[in-house]
Amino acid sequence: MAQALDEIKIGGLGSSRKRVEDDRFLRGVGNYTDDFKLTGMLHMEILRSPVAHARIKSINTAKAWQIPGVHLVLTGEMAAQHNLAWMPTLSYDTQPVLATDKVRYQGQEIACVVADDPYIAKDGCEAIEVEYEPLPAIVSPQQAVAADAPLIRDDKEGQNDNICYRWEVGDREGTERAFAQADMVSSLSLHYPRSHPSPIECCGSIADYNPATTKLTVYMTTQAPHIIRTAVALVAELPEHMIRIISPDIGGGFGNKVPVYPGYVASILCSILLARPVKWIEDKSGNLISTHYARDMYIRGELALRKDGKILATRIHADTDNGSSFSDAQPSKFKIGLFHSAFGCYDIPYGYQTAQGHYTNKAPGGVAYRCSFRITEAMFFQERMIHAAADDLGMDQAQFRRVNLVKDDQFPYRTPFGFLLDSGQYEKCLDVGLDAIGYDEFLREKEQARSRGRRLGIGISTMSEPLGAGNSREYDILGIKMFDAAELRVHPSGKAILKIGAKTQGQGHETTFAQIVTHELGIPAADILVEHGDTDHTPFGMGTYASRSTPVAGAATAMVSRKIRAKARKLAAHLLEVSEEDVEWELGRFYVRGAHDRGVTIQDCSMAAYTNMPDGLEPGLENNAYYDPPNLTWPFAAYIVTVEVDPETGVWDVLRMVAVDDCGVRINPMIVEGQIMGGMTEAYAMANMQFMTYDAEGNCVGSNYMDYLLPTAWETPGFELHEVVTASPHHPIGAKGVGECACVGGPAAFVNAVLNAIDDTGVRNIDMPLLPDRVWEAIQYKHDISGAPPVKTG
Amino acid sequence: MYPSRFRYEAPRSLDEALDFLRVYGDEAKVLAGGQSLIPLIKLRFASIELVVDINNIPGLDYHRQESDGSLSFGALCRHVDLEHSELLRRSQPTMAAAAPLIADPIVRNRGTLVGSLCHADPQGDWASVMMALGGEIIAAGPGGRRTIPVSDFIMGPFQNALRPGEIAVEARVPAPKGAVSGNYLKLERRVGDFATVGVAVALETSGSTVSRAGIALTGVGPSNIQATAAEQALVGSALNANSIQQAGRLAAEAAQPKTDHRGSAEYKRHVVETFVTRALGSRGAVAA
Repeated sequence: MAQALDEIKIGGLGSSRKRVEDDRFLRGVGNYTDDFKLTGMLHMEILRSPVAHARIKSINTAKAWQIPGVHLVLTGEMAAQHNLAWMPTLSYDTQPVLATDKVRYQGQEIACVVADDPYIAKDGCEAIEVEYEPLPAIVSPQQAVAADAPLIRDDKEGQNDNICYRWEVGDREGTERAFAQADMVSSLSLHYPRSHPSPIECCGSIADYNPATTKLTVYMTTQAPHIIRTAVALVAELPEHMIRIISPDIGGGFGNKVPVYPGYVASILCSILLARPVKWIEDKSGNLISTHYARDMYIRGELALRKDGKILATRIHADTDNGSSFSDAQPSKFKIGLFHSAFGCYDIPYGYQTAQGHYTNKAPGGVAYRCSFRITEAMFFQERMIHAAADDLGMDQAQFRRVNLVKDDQFPYRTPFGFLLDSGQYEKCLDVGLDAIGYDEFLREKEQARSRGRRLGIGISTMSEPLGAGNSREYDILGIKMFDAAELRVHPSGKAILKIGAKTQGQGHETTFAQIVTHELGIPAADILVEHGDTDHTPFGMGTYASRSTPVAGAATAMVSRKIRAKARKLAAHLLEVSEEDVEWELGRFYVRGAHDRGVTIQDCSMAAYTNMPDGLEPGLENNAYYDPPNLTWPFAAYIVTVEVDPETGVWDVLRMVAVDDCGVRINPMIVEGQIMGGMTEAYAMANMQFMTYDAEGNCVGSNYMDYLLPTAWETPGFELHEVVTASPHHPIGAKGVGECACVGGPAAFVNAVLNAIDDTGVRNIDMPLLPDRVWEAIQYKHDISGAPPVKTG
Repeated sequence: MYPSRFRYEAPRSLDEALDFLRVYGDEAKVLAGGQSLIPLIKLRFASIELVVDINNIPGLDYHRQESDGSLSFGALCRHVDLEHSELLRRSQPTMAAAAPLIADPIVRNRGTLVGSLCHADPQGDWASVMMALGGEIIAAGPGGRRTIPVSDFIMGPFQNALRPGEIAVEARVPAPKGAVSGNYLKLERRVGDFATVGVAVALETSGSTVSRAGIALTGVGPSNIQATAAEQALVGSALNANSIQQAGRLAAEAAQPKTDHRGSAEYKRHVVETFVTRALGSRGAVAA
């Protein structure tokens, strides 16, 4: 008998095979953008605005030009001659490349200096003299709509206020009726503070325009190289086939490397002007103060409740602080991303949402930091509101969720905002989490500890998020539909190369995408090379963000593998000398129906594709697939945290953190667990320490790692991970997105736990981050803490 | 992060280093651990003609107990040496408690005790510890060596008492006259952050009577603050609930905190009181 292949052993679905990327990263031989050194390469540095809002009276570059080794000093005025002083954003607004009229946030790009080395380029930047006429700075949506607020975007025709969008969704009348019938209404207002994705590798590019071939090659830190190519073609008016974007190894993205930044555009223009390769590598402060932030949303909402705990309707208003440009990276149909996914996992018949966006004198952005388009804010508000409503009702936190969670037999479930939840076992996840943490026992322990002056607390967060945009009917960015593609070529010896349009920034695509092919074809994962990130050598794709790689590009990989298998079946029939209908498939092998021993391997078929093909069959074994998902995938998570608060200092320690994730079928469980732990670390950071804020003059507090805090291994708590598996019914291998779940759902669990520990104080809300002084103040004065922490006053 | 152009010298003897300082005066900076100097240069906050790297000078990396019982620390003694020091664990609990709380492990591998004192960052932990212990700095210069009490050495934010041409070559803690106990408590938002509040407590007792008390505060004033009234409240009697409470209150009064993104002035003052009380309490002060 032919021995069946062991899928786990060959690195297929469910195998925790080690990441193939790690070898080069751990040996220090990865190739990041800054590692590339091209012949004749020059270096660009950016002069940034020290002030938040000012009219530029003059820019004098004479002294910079005189420094030996300086090749070019580029100003906005010069960029304007090439129609590149401004560029479009991903939300149909504009953003300056180099300032011409005004500066609108601290850190905005004013000029670039290109020199023999970066030291000289920096000297050149220091030698530029800029005269500013200061204007009042606006640092919040509340200030932006004040009657006497200065107009920030006076460059835009017809823009008479500081509002950049208005949005509403849902059933207003139905919701109002439901509220009128409610036994009680519970409400909550909060601020999700501004944060920054802060990848360890900053942004950068090397633009290499070759005047002889007229080809432009750009090495750059982008999560979405194919969209960048198209965007560069349209913005710079260059022919698209003469643009090659290479996105090499990336040291973290988290959404920060989705947009087009002024530095990229300026390096391209400088390379064209100088006919030399030009490298730009951002420093950490530049990254923190000028590249796209996330969150910064003021949310107020209400739940219409029945006495028995049933939620009848939700009503939410969000005010977003969009900075100086409306540049959210989001599908064009939605103005506040997928914020209307809030409360999606609860069976609530009516909902209505409104939102308003505001220009302020802060860095532009609204990128989805480890999040699918504003879902983090949605889920945070949802779970904080659920916590507050349960307290208002006097109901147990777990029981209130249980009453309202969508039940297993309700799938597919249509939310009042039109989403279709694909599948799930929500209560089961909650139960696994409650069992793991020992819920009832902890509540008893909490009461006993309270009587001895100790404060323990428990917080729950349950949520389901829509991951894996699109389908193409509803989801596009700048008009380009959100599908993805894969190409698979099997070489004669049965080894293969898979090319995908997605692009890893640390997620492990080179490991996991091979596993999908292994699952479909039985070719060992070690025999499959995954290529990505080079637009000349990979098929079109929308890139890697919003947890969409496995749902979309992963599905395309499964589909192209099936096309290969279909052709291999013809080759197998030829080799076995039977008709195709008589050929059966098992992992890695075709055999004759009824004669299991008579078979050929997938490797036999690939050799035949190049050496022994039947008459009339096209040689070779390669194909491609474009995948347009029928729906988003809907993972679910239950996160439960216990804490102890020191009432004398406000310091809180995490006692335990239990995470139950149902992300469907897990391709590589080890990588999934790594994603959950990474996301939970970021969730803990948001809840505990992280924020970016601005003082009254618009100075950014958070421009370095002493002010903008990333947690280290020292303070990050341990996480206990559990799983439930509900396969996605529409994904070819039943997988769902997972990379962002913990970052999205985690923060509310930590905050709820701290509030639970002080539930005798009447405090309903402490806005993140829950720094010790804020927790102490809430306990001491028994009042809520709202807004960002105060900025330096001394 | 590209600094302006500067000259770099790495002398192999103290005399050679002093020669460079004599020539360059204020335009020269001494590099030991570099954990503050290098960021300042890279951020272009400091523009320096000459960096004198003393890391190649032999014999400065010691810390030891002298025959008179005092402790001495060479200019190249790193935080990490102190973190793992058996000597400190045995004989100097305030320093032993502070060492693992300095910055983060990476900074501790390079940074030095003496360099940290010279930098005189008001949020530096070692200056409080040294003030509480009555520590001293030995400066070497063209005119020979002199000894400066740390409380005089720290003149203000980022200002020390070194004269042009001088190098701080050693820090010293005088020999105790009684039984030693003490602690360093630090509230930080994250490992590696500056102290929101730090409290150094160092006690000497003979019998049950406190014969010497040192209390100094980090992060709650323009410089590290020696809480002398709180110290005096403890000396001459046994520690008890009353004296501890009084010392906590007096230390909080001595603090001059400002409201910033690490917390309100009121909060910081409250934490000073809490920490002094805790550090003096039955489980707070670690005996040597």
